[in-house]
Amino acid sequence: MSDSVHKQIEKEITENKIMVYMKGTPEMPQCGFSKAVVDVFEVLEAPFASRDVLSDPDLRDGIKTFTHWPTIPQVFINGKFIGGCDIIREMYFKGELEPLVKAALGK
Amino acid sequence: MGTSSGVETANRLGYERAMFTPEKIKLIVEDKMPGSRVQVKDLTGTQDHFELTIVSKEFEGKGLVDRHRMVYAMFGSAVGAEIHALSLKTFTPAEYK
Repeated sequence: MSDSVHKQIEKEITENKIMVYMKGTPEMPQCGFSKAVVDVFEVLEAPFASRDVLSDPDLRDGIKTFTHWPTIPQVFINGKFIGGCDIIREMYFKGELEPLVKAALGK
Repeated sequence: MGTSSGVETANRLGYERAMFTPEKIKLIVEDKMPGSRVQVKDLTGTQDHFELTIVSKEFEGKGLVDRHRMVYAMFGSAVGAEIHALSLKTFTPAEYK
């Protein structure tokens, strides 16, 4: 079961330059930490794909076992796990996130 | 009015949850990372959303993902369960200056 979820995640993080696993949707985040990540990418004007783990219990468990990371949200750029809300915010404030995002999007 | 059922729900949830307190979290981190400086804030007053600031030599040479994993590992399966949210700020002594 988690094998097929992991395969699906693998596919999503490969096909999308920026992939966010979150609670809720970008339009309607269901958790402050997920919202904070959405806010950062909106400020950077960086388009991203996302999936709502609350609407899919298998995904909610599967993403945690995929990364060995216990919390949501989780952000991938160019297929690489970057971190959760704290890391994304910290990288943003240090000016480290924007170049990474720009490189990924080819800007 | 509507408030009484909310209070009852909060009490029931609070009673059923394995309790973490800022003091307990501080002890756990100091025990697992001897020599570290630890500050814990209960963000919501509900003992399940914490902000943790840790200054430790053990973070030297490690990226943020590794640092956060080290901290999560101290709490086993509690992160994401009893501890709903654990906001982390990790520094080496040099970075904290």
